[in-house]
Amino acid sequence: MSDHHHHDDHDHHHDNHYSDMQARVKALETLLTAKGLIDPAAIDAIVETYETKVGPRNGAQVVAKAWVDAEFRDWLTRDATAAIASLGFSGRQGEHMRAVFNAPDEHNLVVCTLCSCYPWSVLGLPPVWYKAPAYRSRAVMDPRGVLAEFGVTLPEDTRIRVWDSTAELRYLVVPERPAGTERLNEAALAALVTRDSMIGTGLALSPEALALQPEAAR
Amino acid sequence: MAASPGLPLSRDGDPVFPEPWAAEAFALTVHLHERGIFTWADWAETLSREVHRPGRAVDGSDYYECWVAALSDLLVRCGVADEAAIATLSASWQRAAEATPHGRPIELANDPQSTAV
Repeated sequence: MSDHHHHDDHDHHHDNHYSDMQARVKALETLLTAKGLIDPAAIDAIVETYETKVGPRNGAQVVAKAWVDAEFRDWLTRDATAAIASLGFSGRQGEHMRAVFNAPDEHNLVVCTLCSCYPWSVLGLPPVWYKAPAYRSRAVMDPRGVLAEFGVTLPEDTRIRVWDSTAELRYLVVPERPAGTERLNEAALAALVTRDSMIGTGLALSPEALALQPEAAR
Repeated sequence: MAASPGLPLSRDGDPVFPEPWAAEAFALTVHLHERGIFTWADWAETLSREVHRPGRAVDGSDYYECWVAALSDLLVRCGVADEAAIATLSASWQRAAEATPHGRPIELANDPQSTAV
C-alpha cells in the first residue's frame, strides 16, 4: 500500500518519497490552510491524541524478546533487519534497522524525523515535538539537557550516544529491562516498552508505573 | 465520530490507523466538521458511498483510501476545493519530497516546479 522509500536501483539517490495518499492528504491540508479553514496546530493536536494508535508498534515486541531471549538479542545486535523480520515485521518502507542497546553506563538517543525516514511501522507514530528542527539540533548539542526535559536524568558518568538516522538506516533503541520484572512473560514485558523508550527520550516503564498510566495513554 | 461507517477500532474502541497519513486525514475530517464545514451526516453518507463502491477491497484494507477519496469529494461538493487543484498540489508535494535531501524538512517550496500556491 504505502511505499515511502524506494530502495531499488532506479532512484536510490532520492532520500524522500511521498505515496499518492501521503501527497493527497498534504495537498488537502495545504489547500485548507491557505483558505483559513483549518488550524494546523489543531490537526496536530488531534493526531497527537491518537499517536499511540498509529502503526503496529512492533518494536515493543522486539525489545521484549531481546530481554528474555539471549540468542535473539545476539542476532538483533548482529543483524537487526533480519532479526526484526523474523518476527514478521519487515519494514514496509524497506528500511534497514540497527538496534542500539542501553546499558548502565550508556544511553542511546535517536534524532531525525524531519524527512520521511522514521520507522513508524516498528515504532509507531513519531511525537509531534520530535519533528521540530529545534529538537534535532539541541539533541545533538545538549542531549543531557534534552533528556532532562523529558524527565530522564542520567548519572553523570553515563555516556550518551546520539544516532542520526540516514535514509538507508534507522535505529531502534533497546532500553534496559526494568528491575522487578523477572516473572513477567514477553507480552507483559512488551507493555512496559513505550514508544519514547525506543527512541531514547524515555526509559521502559516499571510495572508499577504502567499500573498508574491511564488506559488511553498506553 | 464512531458513526463513520466501517471505522476500524481497537479493543478500547479507539480508531486505529495503518499509517500516519490516515491519522492526518482522520484529524482533518474531525476538525472540518467541528468548524461546521460539513455535517457528520453528510460525511457518513459520502464515506459510505466510497466504501461500497465496486472494486474496493473486500477485506477493508483500503479503508483510508476510501476515506481520503470521500473527503476530497465532500470538499469539492462544499465548494472549498476543486479536484484539479488537489491533483496539481499532490503532484507538487511528490516532486517536493523527491527533491528534499535527507535530514531536511519536506516543504512545498522544495518542488523544483514550484510556482507558489
